[in-house]
Amino acid sequence: MPLVFAGVCSHAPGIVNRAERADPAVREPFYKAYREMGDAIRASGAEALVVIAAEHFGNFFMENMPAFAIGMADHYEGPIEDPDWMKIERRQIPGNKDLSRRLIQGVMEEVDTAYAEEWKFDHGIMVPLHFLTPNYDMAVIPANINCQGPPLTPLHRAYAFGQAIRHAADALPEKIALIGTGGISHWPATPDSGKINEEWDRDFLDKFLNNRKDDLLSYNDIETYKTAGQGGFEIRTFIAVAGATEGKTGKLWFYEPIPIFAVGCTVATMDVA
Amino acid sequence: MSLYFVQKLLYRLNRDELTRKRFATDRENLLAEYELTEEEREAILKPDIGLLYVLGVNGQILMHYAGMCRYEWDDYLEAMREGVRQYGPVRDGVYAMTGYEGVQAHDEELRKRRTAPGKGD
Repeated sequence: MPLVFAGVCSHAPGIVNRAERADPAVREPFYKAYREMGDAIRASGAEALVVIAAEHFGNFFMENMPAFAIGMADHYEGPIEDPDWMKIERRQIPGNKDLSRRLIQGVMEEVDTAYAEEWKFDHGIMVPLHFLTPNYDMAVIPANINCQGPPLTPLHRAYAFGQAIRHAADALPEKIALIGTGGISHWPATPDSGKINEEWDRDFLDKFLNNRKDDLLSYNDIETYKTAGQGGFEIRTFIAVAGATEGKTGKLWFYEPIPIFAVGCTVATMDVA
Repeated sequence: MSLYFVQKLLYRLNRDELTRKRFATDRENLLAEYELTEEEREAILKPDIGLLYVLGVNGQILMHYAGMCRYEWDDYLEAMREGVRQYGPVRDGVYAMTGYEGVQAHDEELRKRRTAPGKGD
């Protein structure tokens, strides 16, 4: 079936584990946007949720770092972080090995992806799921783009990865929803944690929501590092969603810089049809 | 300089219960399996979070090691700042400081902007 849903959202751990330190006047509308996106995913009739993440050395390390990976298991576990630190209880998250396998086979027609039969979700997936599917009752298929350990996956390959996921998903009998999760500008886990370049974020979001492929692919990591921090490398997850919704535009549901969450908090959807 | 192995050990500590157990009970032998300089060994053992930061350990790895060593979030951020004061700028990796007024001042500025007349025009 054609892809039934596409969106993006933030995933910073502070969104959950430093919740009480944020101004409720900004925090609550952000949480509401997340929950409404969860409602929209359920309303789409999706049978599985593909989450394109930018994982942070939870499963993949520089001893064998894939540019792309997709999970292929009937269940996953998360959070990999100390649950007391993450403030999300550790649990099993349902997957769908058979569906993953068919999706991966389709993706591999276009993009060489690694696959993983074990995957422990870090905050990059657990924070979105905490709000989107709080009952953990939808099969998740994790996908990853190397946004952390240079050399990083090139942006145009991230776009192609999104296209490949789209083509593969469209060809399956199941209804698939897709989200990308990443920062936009941010300097996470550094002494500058909390710094956010709102102007850069809004400019990027404008390019993303209007799916201006050439503009999205003309970012380069040296500039991004200078103006959007190392967290800005995670735009790859948004760019993959742009690839999956090529030619379509989107809608911004929420954007506000929330420094204690260390990121410009974002929820947005892209049209799929 | 063997940043790769420092990070590999911390990555394993972050994700693997067995490695954590060995770190508690068989630390010398565990560390001997990684190519570490004396400075790196000492920084891990102390732990000197500030020095590990200056050596270039990725924050996504370091913040969890700091958590394992019972650092609260603000203390972790301060330990990195102290590391830069003591040892100089970050020597490797992509997690250098860039200058930031801090969350409190930033929040204050955003609050002013949100409540300023004309917002939403």
